[in-house]
Amino acid sequence: MLKQLEGSHAVAEAVALCRPEVICAYPISPQTHIVEHCGELVREGKMGNCEYMNVESEFAALSACIGSSACGARTYTATASQGLLFMAEAVYNASGLGLPIVMTVANRAIGAPINIWNDHTDSMAMRDAGWLQLFAETNQEALDLHIQAFRIAEQMSQPVMVCMDGFILTHAYERVSMPTQEQVDQFLPPYTPQQVLDPANPYSIGAMVGPEAFTEVRYLAHEKQLQALDVIPGIAAEFKAIFGRDSGGLIREYETEGADTIVVTLGSVAGTVKDTVDEMRADGKKIGVVTVGSFRPFPSAALREAVKHANEVVVLEKSFAIGFGGVVANNIMMSLQGTGIHVHTVVAGLGGRPITMPSLHRLFDTALKGELEDMHFLNLQWDIVNAELQRQREQIASGPTAESILRNIQTDTARGTPTPAAE
Amino acid sequence: MFQVRLHGRGGQGVVTAAEMLSIAGFSEGKHAQAFPSFGSERTGAPVVSFCRLDDKEIRRREPILEPDCLIIQDPTLFHALDVFQGLKPDGYVLINSTKDWHELGITDRIAHLPQAHVVGINASALARKHVGRPVPNAALLGGFAAITGEIHLDAVEKAIATKFDGSIAEGNIAAARAAHAAALGMELSDA
Repeated sequence: MLKQLEGSHAVAEAVALCRPEVICAYPISPQTHIVEHCGELVREGKMGNCEYMNVESEFAALSACIGSSACGARTYTATASQGLLFMAEAVYNASGLGLPIVMTVANRAIGAPINIWNDHTDSMAMRDAGWLQLFAETNQEALDLHIQAFRIAEQMSQPVMVCMDGFILTHAYERVSMPTQEQVDQFLPPYTPQQVLDPANPYSIGAMVGPEAFTEVRYLAHEKQLQALDVIPGIAAEFKAIFGRDSGGLIREYETEGADTIVVTLGSVAGTVKDTVDEMRADGKKIGVVTVGSFRPFPSAALREAVKHANEVVVLEKSFAIGFGGVVANNIMMSLQGTGIHVHTVVAGLGGRPITMPSLHRLFDTALKGELEDMHFLNLQWDIVNAELQRQREQIASGPTAESILRNIQTDTARGTPTPAAE
Repeated sequence: MFQVRLHGRGGQGVVTAAEMLSIAGFSEGKHAQAFPSFGSERTGAPVVSFCRLDDKEIRRREPILEPDCLIIQDPTLFHALDVFQGLKPDGYVLINSTKDWHELGITDRIAHLPQAHVVGINASALARKHVGRPVPNAALLGGFAAITGEIHLDAVEKAIATKFDGSIAEGNIAAARAAHAAALGMELSDA
């Protein structure tokens, strides 16, 4: 059934269709509307016997999820930003124990400076924690990925993070096709746990493992992620057979045929990139897009295949490894080792800075002319950066950086100087 | 694609207005995308929201830089920021005020626009009369339907009934109808 819904509500309704038995979450922007609506659906009796647990923190939320999942309950939670970091120890535990929890991350920047807006720093901080990480491009895909995530998680006995851009998707109203309960039931059978804490058949989960076996346990977790490289496309194909649409999978290609330059990105910015590529293709420019749907496991082989005829790859990412460079780009460079394809890193959209089509046109044209630097910060205001560096050189007790920059930006606004961010 | 940017202040239902507009577009079979400007919402602070309407899937997610229509829920914003930024040369402007353009200080900014495309309605007064509170958002959508023809009044009414219940819905629908009529009247008298 077609509905015009806020992304958060679409996700909550999709989660309800998956018949979770325990939801335990702690509210944080921009995830709040998801868990609020889950709470409403439970209270209204629209989630069967699902228990909604209120807890005092994100750490408690995921810890309670670990308990309920270990007892064999289909378990869901959601968080964002600092909330994900606060649960970090439990994030590693959930995957180390092999518990198929599904968690939405409504992607948001991490402070300081405190910032409620969207980027991918939170999910990327947990990229090596052993969870599968799926990124949604649209609200339809966010909805669909939750249904697929329970299937993948339970089949692999591994937790799955569904990452959707905070505000840009969570707070956007758009058309979604909401599946029926019958369709979801057909796709997602009742949960049969691989392991369960059961008083009738007692055993323990969570042994201490020393040097004699720790590497083997870790390798097996990696092996599971490698298996997921086959499982994820298989489940996306089954999903298509029942629901009639392409959603999920490892990567998606757009206009890559005959493209000299291929943009690789992930999340909701892919739509803006595709519209830009359409306009450039109409001008005869040979550019295409690959969207990474699964960041963990990382689809190296699929990516290599998708870009093999291109001369260069431009990685457009909303994350940044301070002191090094691109997070996603680093993964892509390793995947393309030995191919000779040049990889550029473009860091964009940090802390919610809009990524606009005019900036993308300029960026991609620079790339096509062979003039794009290896590491580029989209719309970075160099005058602001240089003024601050100069100030810090001149004054030892120069005070806090963020406050000083805000003062400079406000001065600029008062003069009416347009900033690149406001174009 | 038809792009609408809504300007108002926290508490005026600016975000809800964009959401209702998207629901109205959807009920007419259009693709519609509404989203807020994601500020830290505070009552009285300037708020921006956006709505795109199209016959095909809407993929881009940048803020609306070149709107086809501006809905100004609070005319005091004309002094606070450049709400006209990027407005298309044949764009529409719907203002929650019946003061003349000179008094609002916008004569120069709208001089190049088709005369019938700039319309003022006292939506706050209509809301006070029909809803009991001066929240102009739903009424202005009635005006939007009248001046742009992008959606019909009955789609606006349906959207209001989706967002609100009971007497609040009825009051807002009555305000939207009154604003629709006022917008048509003003367009005729100005033409």
